[in-house]
Amino acid sequence: MKKAFLPLLLLAAAMFAYAPVVIAHADYESTMGLVQKVMYFHAPSGMVMLMSAVVCGVASALYLWKKDPAADRVAIAAAELTALFGLIVLVTGPLWARKAWGVWWVWEARLTMSFVGWLIAVGYLFVRKYGGPGSDKLGAALAVFCTANVPFLYCSFNIWRTMHPMTTVVPTLQPGMRGAFWFSALTLFLLYGLLLTARIHLERQRTALDQLYLAEED
Amino acid sequence: MMRRLLLVVWLLAGAVAPVLAFQPPAAQSEYVPVKDLPPVDQLPAAPLLVAAYSFIWLAAMFYLWTIWRRLGKVEAEMRALEQRRSHSNR
Repeated sequence: MKKAFLPLLLLAAAMFAYAPVVIAHADYESTMGLVQKVMYFHAPSGMVMLMSAVVCGVASALYLWKKDPAADRVAIAAAELTALFGLIVLVTGPLWARKAWGVWWVWEARLTMSFVGWLIAVGYLFVRKYGGPGSDKLGAALAVFCTANVPFLYCSFNIWRTMHPMTTVVPTLQPGMRGAFWFSALTLFLLYGLLLTARIHLERQRTALDQLYLAEED
Repeated sequence: MMRRLLLVVWLLAGAVAPVLAFQPPAAQSEYVPVKDLPPVDQLPAAPLLVAAYSFIWLAAMFYLWTIWRRLGKVEAEMRALEQRRSHSNR
């Protein structure tokens, strides 16, 4: 993976740079026009955020169950990325909504639950940084709650009446929009995989440093 | 006679209704300047789209930079610690 990291990072950067060209050639949506093209990055970022929250929750549950430090490293890396992609969703969404709905923000179920999910991820990171001894287990429990929020967030429009477009718009995208959407999604998933790998490596190096300090004390 | 008349009126109404329903929109009687449109319709979409795309680039680059910086610090500390250990072993 170490050898493939840089070429894959360059590939992700090239795909990111080329994405506007692909998106510019995608069909215009009939009612929203140009601003609807925010969707090509907003929706995949939301997908990555939800996937990252699940990765964090599953790794945390494994850590609580098996006490495996490798699972804890994955959990903390995934939590940071949940916060990052959550922030991207929470910034790009209002930029789209300002033109499409006429307001930056509406306190409706989908948006509120996304905000709450992001707050839980940020809360996890604060607990891990400032929680002191035992914060790993407390954080892991918090991450499991963050994952429990994911199915509600995904199905929120089925449970409550919301203004947000339904998730059915993605599988029913027209051929003129489908290619651009999946190109953007692939770019973001690749970026997520690379960032997750780099962040796990950082956590592994921190563990190695702690072991060096312990060996010196002995 | 009355019944026949009502039938003719009903048939005529039935035939005319689709024609009335597919009338072209009324001709424009006056031009409306863009500034008089509702605020949402006046808002240009391009800056919002560019801002959204730029934010994603900046956020991803900034996060990658923080990982690289933190990793650099940890690895420098590891090297210093290993050097200190090798000096003390001599």
